[in-house]
Amino acid sequence: MTGTRKTVAALFLLPALVLLGALVVYPIGYSVVRSFYDRSGDGFAGFDNYRALFTDDGIRTALKNNVIWVVFAPTVATALGLIFAVLTERVRWGTAFKLVVFMPMAISMLAAGIIFRLVYDQDPDKGVANAVWVGVHDTFAQSSAFPNAHPGRESPLVAQGGGFVTKAPVRTGEAVTLPLVGVAPDQMPDGAAPAAVPKAEPGKITGTTWQDFTRGKGVGTLGAPDPSEQGYSGMRIEAVKDGRVVASAKAAADGTFTLPAAADGAVLRLPASNFQAPYNGLDWLGPSLVTPAIIGSYVWMWAGFAMVLIAAGLAGVPRELLEAARVDGANEWQVFRRVTVPLLAPVLAVVAVTLMINVLKVFDLVFIIAPGSSQDDANVLALELYRKGFSEDQPGVASAIAVFLLLLVIPVMWFNVRRLRREVRR
Amino acid sequence: MTAWLLAKVNGGLVRVFLLLVGLFWLVPTIGLLLSSLRSPTDMSASGWWEVFTQPSQLTWENYRNLLENGDITGSLVNTVLITVPATVLVVAIGSLAGYAFAWMEFPGRDWWFLGVVGLLVVPVQVALIPIAELFGKLGLFGSILGVILFHVGFGLPFAVFLLRNFFAEIPRELLEAARLDGAGELRLFARVVLPLGGPAIASLAIFQFLWVWNDMLVALVFTDADSQPITVALQTQVRQFGNNIDVLAPGAFISMVIPLAVFFVFQRQFVTGVMAGAVK
Repeated sequence: MTGTRKTVAALFLLPALVLLGALVVYPIGYSVVRSFYDRSGDGFAGFDNYRALFTDDGIRTALKNNVIWVVFAPTVATALGLIFAVLTERVRWGTAFKLVVFMPMAISMLAAGIIFRLVYDQDPDKGVANAVWVGVHDTFAQSSAFPNAHPGRESPLVAQGGGFVTKAPVRTGEAVTLPLVGVAPDQMPDGAAPAAVPKAEPGKITGTTWQDFTRGKGVGTLGAPDPSEQGYSGMRIEAVKDGRVVASAKAAADGTFTLPAAADGAVLRLPASNFQAPYNGLDWLGPSLVTPAIIGSYVWMWAGFAMVLIAAGLAGVPRELLEAARVDGANEWQVFRRVTVPLLAPVLAVVAVTLMINVLKVFDLVFIIAPGSSQDDANVLALELYRKGFSEDQPGVASAIAVFLLLLVIPVMWFNVRRLRREVRR
Repeated sequence: MTAWLLAKVNGGLVRVFLLLVGLFWLVPTIGLLLSSLRSPTDMSASGWWEVFTQPSQLTWENYRNLLENGDITGSLVNTVLITVPATVLVVAIGSLAGYAFAWMEFPGRDWWFLGVVGLLVVPVQVALIPIAELFGKLGLFGSILGVILFHVGFGLPFAVFLLRNFFAEIPRELLEAARLDGAGELRLFARVVLPLGGPAIASLAIFQFLWVWNDMLVALVFTDADSQPITVALQTQVRQFGNNIDVLAPGAFISMVIPLAVFFVFQRQFVTGVMAGAVK
C-alpha cells in the first residue's frame, strides 16, 4: 500500500521536478562551471571571467549603474508607495486613485519603455517631460532671446564674448543708438513696439536698441530708427568700466533705455545672455541623465506595487493606537512618524527587498528607453549579460555575470526558505 | 476653530496633491494612446497634446496599417500561442505538485518543497545561456515550444509555492471523508482539491498569463522571426524610434489591451497574486 502511494506521489511530482531540474537547477550548475572556462569553452580559465567583472569597462559601468538602481529605485518607489497608501485613506476616491497608480504593473516593460521614449523626447514641442520643464523654466527665468542678432553695416557695435559692445565709451547727456539686424520677425518679442528715437537728457545716458531693418522695406535710414522698425523689447544693456558692470538697464517695448550718470565713460555692452537660443529643456536620454530618467519610468511602474502592499499592511494597523496617539496630543506628522511607520516597518522591509531583487534584473526598460547613443552609459548587469552572451559571443564572462547575480539573491533565497521551514513544520 | 480650519486646509491639500499625482500617472499612457491616433506627419511636427485643440488630427490610419502588417499580426498570434499553453501547463503541473506537497506522504517531502521555494528568486538571466545551448542541441531553439518550456520552468516555483500553501489550508476532514469513500488520489485531486483551490488557481493563472504575455527578454533570446511574440516584433523597430512611431505607438497599445482588460476584470485575483508573488 505505501509502495503504491509513493509511486502515485512520484507521478504527481514528476512533471514539475523534471522541468525544474532541466530548466532551473541544471542551468545554475552549468553557469557556475561555464564561468570558469574561456571563450570557446575548451580551456580552463580560473577566475579570469570573474576578474573581468572588475576590469571590463562595460561591466564596470553596469555595476556602477546597478548600485545606483538598487539604492534609489526601491527607496523612491517604497517611499512614494507609503505616502500614497497613507494619503489615499483620507479621500473618498482612494480606490480610483490606487487603480490608476497600480495599472502600470499590468503592462509590459516594453510598452512602458515606448511610453517613456515618447515622454522623454528631447524636443519640448513633442516630449511632455520637456514641454512641462521648459514651461516651468520660462515662467521663472523670463528669457528675451534674440538669436542670430548681429551688427549691420557701419555699426557702432562690435562682437565680444558672444555679445556686442560699443566701439567708443559713452558720455552723459548723449543719446546712443545700438542697432542690430538679423532677428526673424516671428522671433521678435511679443511686446515689441515701433522703435523710438532716443532723446538726450542731461546727467543721464539714453539710447535705443532696435532692429534696423524692416522686411520688404530694407534698412531705411541706416543707424537711426525708422517708424516701421521694431524696438528690441527686453534687451539687457550693461555699462562696463574697467571690466566691471557699473550700471545696467532693460530696453522698453520701443527699445529705449536710460542709464544713470555712473555709466559716464563706460562702454555699453549687450551681454551674450540676450542672444542665446531659447531654452530647450533637458537632454533626458543623454549620457548624464539617462539612468535617473529610466529609474523614473521604473518608479512609475512599481510605486503602485509598493502602495498596494503597504495599504494592505496599513489595514492591519489597529486604529486605536493611532487614535490614542492623537488623543495624547500628537499631530498628524508625529502619528505618522512615531506610530504608523514603525508598525509598518516589516511590510516596508519586504517591499524594499522585493524591489531590490527585481531591480537587479532590470533589462527591458534600459534596453528600450536608452537610445543607441547612450546605451553604454545606461548599461546594467542584465543588459551586459545579454550583450556578452548573445552579441559579443563571450559566454564565459556572461556566465560569470549570471553567477554574480545569483550570489546577490542568495541571502533572500535563504531568508525565504528559513521563514517557510517554520511554517512547514506545523 | 483653528484646528478645524487647519484640518480642512490639510484635507484640501491632500486632495490637490493626490489629483496631481494621479494626473502624473495617467499622462504618459494618454500620451501613447493619442500618439497612436495621429499621423506620422503630425507626430514629427508637434506633440500629442495638439489633438485637444485640433481633434481632426485623430485617425485610425495607423491601426489599419498595423492590422494589415503581416509581421505584427503574426507576432500577436505567436503571443497567444506562447501565453496560453505556458499558463495552462504551469497551472496543471503546479497544482499536481502542490497537492502532492500538501497532502501526500513520502520521504523528504518538506525538504523537496523547501528546495522548490529556494528556486523562487533565481533570476531568469542565469538560465539564458545554458538553455540556449541545450535547446540548440535539442532542436528547440527558435521554436514556440522552447519558449513555452522555459516559461513553464520558471513559472513553476511560484506556482508550487502558492498552490501548496493554499491546498494545505483545505480542512483535513474533507479529504479524509473522501478517502474513506474509497476515492483514489487522482479522484480526490480532481473532485475535492481543484474545486476548492479555485481562487488560488485563478490568481496564479492571471499572474502567469501577464508574466508571459509581457515577457520580452526570454522571447528575445529563444525565438526567431517566425516565432517571435509582439514584444520582440516591436523591439526590432525601436532602434529607429522616431521613424517607426506610427508602428510602435499603436503596436504597444494593442499589446497592452489584453493585460489591461485582464487587470480591470480580475483586479482582486491580480492583487492576491502580486501579494503572494512578492518574492518573484
